[in-house]
Amino acid sequence: MKRRDFLKSVTGVAAGAFVPAPAIWSAAKADARSETLLIVSEGGPNNLDIHGVGTNVPGYEVSWNCYDRLISHEMKSGPGGVPYYDRDKFKGELAEDMNVGDMSVTFKLKKNAKFHDGTPVAAKDVKWSLDRAVSVGGFPTFQMSAGSLTKPEQFVVVDDNTVRVDFAKKDRLTIPDLAVIVPCVVNSELVKKNASEKDPWGLEYTKQQTAGSGAYKVTKWTAGTEVVMERNDEWVGGPLPKIKRVIWRMVPQAGNRRALLERGDADISYELPFKDFQEMKASGKLDVVSLPFSNGIQYIGMNVIKPPFDNPKVRQAMAHAIPYQKIMDAVLFGLANPMFGAATDRPTEVAWPQPTKYSTDMAKAKALLTEAGYADGFETTISFDLNFAGVNEPLCVLVQESLAQLGIKTTINKVPGANWRTELNKKEMPLYTNVFSGWLDYPEYFFYWCYHGNNSVFNTMSYKSPDMDKLIDSARVAAAAGDKATYDTDVKGFVDLAFADVPRIPLYQPFVNVAMQKNISGYQYWFHRRLDYRALVKA
Amino acid sequence: MLTMIGKRLMFAIPSLIGVVIVTFLLTRALPGDPAAYFAGPAATKEAVEQIRKKLGFDKPLIEQFFRYTADLAHGDFGNSLTTGQPVAAEIRNRLPASAELTLLGLLVSIVIALPLGVLAATRPGSWIDHLCRVTTTAGVSLPVFFTGLVLVYIFYFRLGWSPAPLGRLDVFYSAPPTVTGFYLIDTLIARDLEAFRSALSQLILPSLTLAIFSLAPIARMTRASMLAVLASDFVRTARASGLSPGTVIVTYAFRNAMLPVITTLSMVFSFLLGANVLVEKVFAWPGIGSYAVEALISSDFAPVQGFVLTMAVMYVLLNLMIDILYGVIDPRMRLEG
Repeated sequence: MKRRDFLKSVTGVAAGAFVPAPAIWSAAKADARSETLLIVSEGGPNNLDIHGVGTNVPGYEVSWNCYDRLISHEMKSGPGGVPYYDRDKFKGELAEDMNVGDMSVTFKLKKNAKFHDGTPVAAKDVKWSLDRAVSVGGFPTFQMSAGSLTKPEQFVVVDDNTVRVDFAKKDRLTIPDLAVIVPCVVNSELVKKNASEKDPWGLEYTKQQTAGSGAYKVTKWTAGTEVVMERNDEWVGGPLPKIKRVIWRMVPQAGNRRALLERGDADISYELPFKDFQEMKASGKLDVVSLPFSNGIQYIGMNVIKPPFDNPKVRQAMAHAIPYQKIMDAVLFGLANPMFGAATDRPTEVAWPQPTKYSTDMAKAKALLTEAGYADGFETTISFDLNFAGVNEPLCVLVQESLAQLGIKTTINKVPGANWRTELNKKEMPLYTNVFSGWLDYPEYFFYWCYHGNNSVFNTMSYKSPDMDKLIDSARVAAAAGDKATYDTDVKGFVDLAFADVPRIPLYQPFVNVAMQKNISGYQYWFHRRLDYRALVKA
Repeated sequence: MLTMIGKRLMFAIPSLIGVVIVTFLLTRALPGDPAAYFAGPAATKEAVEQIRKKLGFDKPLIEQFFRYTADLAHGDFGNSLTTGQPVAAEIRNRLPASAELTLLGLLVSIVIALPLGVLAATRPGSWIDHLCRVTTTAGVSLPVFFTGLVLVYIFYFRLGWSPAPLGRLDVFYSAPPTVTGFYLIDTLIARDLEAFRSALSQLILPSLTLAIFSLAPIARMTRASMLAVLASDFVRTARASGLSPGTVIVTYAFRNAMLPVITTLSMVFSFLLGANVLVEKVFAWPGIGSYAVEALISSDFAPVQGFVLTMAVMYVLLNLMIDILYGVIDPRMRLEG
């Protein structure tokens, strides 16, 4: 072949590739497309097993869809008619029957439940999996302990098909905690075969492949690129899902994710900038679902041990100096529930989150600041997590501008994501913004982690108040005992105290936003805020 | 020749050892605590400590270093925490993706830049010289991610000519069995023309983006070096002897002007390989650059070390190749080697 001919043929091929290819080449591919769900998101899992070391949030989504738990939640109609998980109603997933006793709960397993490899699901698998969750350490063990599930002895095999969970103490959160992602049931024989002395729980094995009984199984995983999941046709945890295959691609560029959606190439995406969601909502070409995080609040925290924020007057002044509405409009494009500006005569509710009575009032802020002896302001630093810079950065700039009017000079400190938790743990940042959201949607749960004097990681303000502790502890006891009157008084009490002392200023309840094609239906909101493929339908 | 290669490789060893030590220390000096990061948002102090112990970060630095070098000697680069995979395997899988993209980008760039540079040099001050100046300046001053996004916007979003920017293959094609790791070659070996077409059409926009960015150094260097050669005595002699302008430019001038261009090419190639992070991000390309940056953001030590080490080895090999190529192009260089 002559050089000229070669060049000609090469350009010919290149041009051919550029011509819009017919989207589908064969009938088989067309079927594949209609039964396949293509999800695009920014990040992907780093581990397929939620019990693994440092499994990230996308990993939870895999676990949720590929493993079963004993029980799960029923759905109810949420805001805007979108199905929303029902905090108080449980249904069996692997269990066909749940029998709650005084100090224990007994589960009967579904007889025909099988793992992906065909082994029947037996009581010993459940015990082994729960033992694993309370023993591996790190996040799973921590989450189990939130429901007072801490020791392997609490999980008892009664017979091949029956498991009993003994309560360590009366705790209202024990049963809900069995329906979160962590207590998933793992194929114990298969994993034990692949475990080693150094790794008795087989974490290395389940990191790379799913070994559950769930509705989907991972057939291909290229870390950082894609996850492919196929339906498990033998699933007994619920009605057989409609989607046969799920392809989840990582597309780091938000603009491209939007382009993929608008061109109709991708079916579903989340993690887009608020502005994009708002514009897509307005254009009406796609379905955009926006729902509030259950039990979640974005707030501005203050270190209450060190001056000037050790003075409640200064903190109240700050709460009056936040440009709330500007944040809602310019940063969130209205996609959040305001947690400020409640009417002054509004009674405190037995609910969380609920709005504070603070609103932007610079004159009042100035007066409070003068009273506290800071008439000329002071200098401070406001920190935020760069991983969520899209929201945090403009938010901090608005706060900085507003505080400048009071003579408070604020420097913005951007903390890289890898460093953020270390910084929070040190509890030295004077002023910062952050989000907390609890899987278990109970006020006392939120307050126990965020305001209690035992100073957990989430009490980022180092706030300590004996009155607060008494109210929180009493509410927990009352909840376990079913004493509604005491419980209600306690909850109102600690909410009022938290708003009067304002160690942290609630800003808004964030929304989880999901955009999908019009032919996709069946989206459900779950406490973990990830997708549940089992309910999705592609028309 | 062989002694030269051996000698060059010997010289590279100390620098590689240096790279190992420096990357190890640098990654440890990064702000951020991987244990806290990977313990998750809901971790207690004890949970963080447990994770630190599991990852071996509770040991003294010197012990960590010896462990690391011992593993390296066995070809074990460690495990990435963000992706959960062994680093060596990841690099092996991702390097061909980056290399294929970079090579194609470089090829496109050469095909445009060399003639442009030569033409600009033979007609200085003409419209083609200005065109050369304008394109190269524009190409180098537009940030790569911007060029990439504009191309995606026009050719994918607006016109729909290009396929979705979703990596190396359309979602519904499966990757060919790995032989070289280059999809263009592997699909042909597997005789899967549909997949070849898909792989090629996925490559066009990202490689064009890279090409636009790398035009400038190649075209400018070609022009400068051609100008110098065209002004030299032997070209004047050739012209005076009545040789045709084509022969003078291609055979006499161009060959002699190649040396600095080759050097530039090698620099551009190694630079592109590491710096096409942004292109990889825009096109969701599963390459080595985006891998390293993601690891860096989450203080994931092992991939960063693995990446730097791989790059160092590649630089050494690339430089060696260029030196050999010099000898082929210009026989005078061989004597000094």
